[in-house]
Amino acid sequence: MNGIALLPLLPILITSATIVVAMLAVAFRRHHWWNATVVAIGLNLALLASAWLLLPEFLVRFLPQFAGAAGAPVIPRAETPLLVVDAYSAFYMSLVLATALATATLSYAYMEGHKGNREEVYLLLALSALGGLVMACSRHFASFFVGLELLSLPLYGMIGYLVKERRSLEAAMKYLVLSAAASAFILFGMALVYAQTGSLLFTEIGERAGGFAGPDHSMLLVGGALILVGIAFKLSLAPFHLWTPDVYEGAPAPVVAYLSTASKTAVFAVLLRYFVEAKAYRYGGLLDVMTVLAVLSIVLGNVLALMQDNIKRLLGYSSIAHFGYILAAFIAAGPLAVEAVGVYLLTYVVTNLAAFGVVTLMSSPYGEHDADALWDYRGLFWRRPNLSAILTVALLSLAGIPMTAGFIGKFYVFAAGVDKRLWVLMGAVAFGSAIGLFYYLRAMAQLYLRAPWVRKYSAPLDWAQGAGGVMLLALMILMLVLGVFPSPFIAIVQASGLAGQ
Amino acid sequence: MILVLLFMLPFVGGFLCWQTERFGRGLPRWVALGTMVVVLGMTLYLWATGDYSVTLLGPEHHWVHEYQLAWIPRFGISFHLALDGLSLILVGLTGLLGIMAVACSWREVQRHVGFFHLNLLWNLGGVIGVFMAMDLFLFFFFWEMMLVPMYFLIALWGHNAPGGKGRVYAATKFFIFTQASGLLMLLAIIGLVFVHYQATRVITFDYPVLLHTPMGPQAEWWLMLGFFVAFAVKLPVVPLHSWLPDAHSQAPTAGSVDLAGVLLKTAAYGLLRFSLPLFPHASAQFAPVAMWLGVLGIVYGAVLAFAQNDIKRLVAYTSISHMGFVLVGIYAGTDQAMQGAVINMLAHGISAGGLFILCGEVYERLHTRDLREMGGLWSRFPFLPPIVLFFAAASLGLPGLGNFVGEFLVLLGTFRAHPLIALCSASGLVLAAAYSLIMMQRAFYGPPKGDEPLEDMNYRELATMMSLMAILLLLGIYPQPVLDVARAPVQAVQELYQSATGLLSQAGAP
Repeated sequence: MNGIALLPLLPILITSATIVVAMLAVAFRRHHWWNATVVAIGLNLALLASAWLLLPEFLVRFLPQFAGAAGAPVIPRAETPLLVVDAYSAFYMSLVLATALATATLSYAYMEGHKGNREEVYLLLALSALGGLVMACSRHFASFFVGLELLSLPLYGMIGYLVKERRSLEAAMKYLVLSAAASAFILFGMALVYAQTGSLLFTEIGERAGGFAGPDHSMLLVGGALILVGIAFKLSLAPFHLWTPDVYEGAPAPVVAYLSTASKTAVFAVLLRYFVEAKAYRYGGLLDVMTVLAVLSIVLGNVLALMQDNIKRLLGYSSIAHFGYILAAFIAAGPLAVEAVGVYLLTYVVTNLAAFGVVTLMSSPYGEHDADALWDYRGLFWRRPNLSAILTVALLSLAGIPMTAGFIGKFYVFAAGVDKRLWVLMGAVAFGSAIGLFYYLRAMAQLYLRAPWVRKYSAPLDWAQGAGGVMLLALMILMLVLGVFPSPFIAIVQASGLAGQ
Repeated sequence: MILVLLFMLPFVGGFLCWQTERFGRGLPRWVALGTMVVVLGMTLYLWATGDYSVTLLGPEHHWVHEYQLAWIPRFGISFHLALDGLSLILVGLTGLLGIMAVACSWREVQRHVGFFHLNLLWNLGGVIGVFMAMDLFLFFFFWEMMLVPMYFLIALWGHNAPGGKGRVYAATKFFIFTQASGLLMLLAIIGLVFVHYQATRVITFDYPVLLHTPMGPQAEWWLMLGFFVAFAVKLPVVPLHSWLPDAHSQAPTAGSVDLAGVLLKTAAYGLLRFSLPLFPHASAQFAPVAMWLGVLGIVYGAVLAFAQNDIKRLVAYTSISHMGFVLVGIYAGTDQAMQGAVINMLAHGISAGGLFILCGEVYERLHTRDLREMGGLWSRFPFLPPIVLFFAAASLGLPGLGNFVGEFLVLLGTFRAHPLIALCSASGLVLAAAYSLIMMQRAFYGPPKGDEPLEDMNYRELATMMSLMAILLLLGIYPQPVLDVARAPVQAVQELYQSATGLLSQAGAP
């Protein structure tokens, strides 16, 4: 393998190098700013590398006049037995890396108030991001599983990072046990699929499974179902969602931002690739089960969020519902569904990062306890107008109101579902969105109510807290731009379609 | 280009209001007033210079003004604004009531003046967008977009009326009702687009292209229903109306004016513009149900209006009753009835807007909206009671005022096609007379509750009222200019719908 062939693997290589450098940097000298910067630079380089992979395809679709100047539209592509780097994986790698960077920025603001060791969180973050990258590229059960574990293991550490806090430790233990159980399910499922087909490569599984018919493929089906169970755990789909609110509540806010976006995105990316390449869409039974999961997630997630007074739990339940919506688009199948999933994940990631970012910036100055009660946000608009504007846009976007990113995502879900006439699912999505409004509005109204004991003054704390605030403002602008001019983003997602559709 | 300007104005103006607050509290009001005056002025200019006698739904699609720009080419969505007579009238109404809404909150709103006007103007901008959008995606975009500012208007500047459940509750209820039904409409829109795609292999959200989409009766029926539910909630049609009295009783005066005068009209407009022309056969089939729902609304709204003690709730229920006439008129299928519905929309916007402003003025002076605590007010104000009497008379359909023309045309048009429905609807006129007079009786006659004279209307209030009264009078005496402008689009819809009704009756005949 020569040097050119390695180029598409650059994001993974750079991230790996970053991890080593960060470890050395921490060993060399403990310094919060310096250690965080090392990781941020590395992740930025990796992000650039993965965005570069997408550029030719994007230019051809969106700005054809520049496509010639940027060189022939050659899709950089690498295939190793375990990993494949194509436009699809480049898109999800970029998403994971951008999320990791945002999390690093938020963590920096958050960890300033932490009294223990602050530097390792960036190391764990980079490790976890590497797992996400591997998953986005995996075409083989081995790399799928390695990526999944690499993604999850550092998360245990991150969730329990505030070791002196009881809730944080409790959350870490819960996540550890349930996540390990889910991994065991996935592993067992893989073994069953392997036993039947004799291959771990997605495409080969698809080819060989075509030969079986009738009751012959029962083992394959059971294997698929077990994998699905494990993935449903990771994506916190009902009825495997029980860990979500507790973990969200206990974990430090920036970690939740990461957990709810990057880790789920990566899992979803590999799920979609598996379904397309292994041709799992032809098993109607599997899709029926997923339909049940989606409807349950939408209904339970929204209903349980209704009366939450804790914003982290509220967002946790809301993320359960949102993955129900994405699953609804997923079930629709076909190129439009792949596109819908991509667009929805993009809008969801941007929105959720902004929402948890606000929680992070609200929490950080208070040290060990997060500002997660809705009460903490009462009248925030009159104290910190920018922060509340960001949270307002984020909540509206989660509710799927036009002019925000969330609407485009919801539109795509509807388009994909209506195209395939999935009326039950579409009804569930509409119903869920309607009840979802209640708690988003309830949270939003809190921001604007005048708390009787709050004097109207600008908070003494700098609301922006430097980079974190700037990034949140950028996210808010991104949410609005996505909502009003989605074309370039649609072009990116279209450019990153899956081959073999 | 002028359409883009017209639509952008309130947004830019609203933003300016928000930013100019830092230079002085009064400034946002002037900016908002100026913006809405310019909007109204531009509409009048368009009216004066355009020729509105052309039909849109004819063989070649023709708009009086049009602007189109590709927006999301992936789905064939374009930023398509267009104007014909129907849109023009309603945009004009929006401009007029916008001015009134700014004027009536001059003294009422003292907190966060800039942010208030931002919300008010953005809401009005969304409504203007709804009236001009000719792309279904764009239409839905505006349809939902106008909700958020309205939510803030009610939730932040509303009243916590005694006995009510609070303004945040009312605002949330309003939002959820309209948004939930809106999602059904979004499903129907996407469904329509895919039906069109399957028939022609062209994916587009453009309204003129989607007209005459060939589709099976069952698909047409379901898609029509999706649209109808969204419009029925907003209109409101009776089983789906319960958000309206709550929203009105908690909203600030400007919010009520906006809600009753303009927002409800978007639903009637949607029925006329989208529901009927896109799904004529299903609508014709559905017409009896819709009309009986309208009759139910007329009677129910009027009867409940009797029972109210809160004067704003009373006016809110009369709105339900009046919108029932509009619904009957739209679905009756005759030319006169549809024309009448349009006049009724306009007249009700002005008369209900006027009544809500008057309620606000009474509240500012008495600090109560409870009819039981009023009484004998006639002797304590020189000007206000006769003006209220004028608007109450308009609302009960006194000949010579706009509402009479509208309701009369609706009844006349409906009687030709459905005499029984017309008969039942006419009972609404009797009930309207009763509730209007009872409202007058309870608030202004009888023994006064106090002796000291109350502060009367100032010039600002008198000027707004006088202009609204003049317009109502004009509409009642000489409605022809309005009828002329609205004729072409309404006739086109009516012909389309009439042919579908004809087919239906042929099929029904043995």
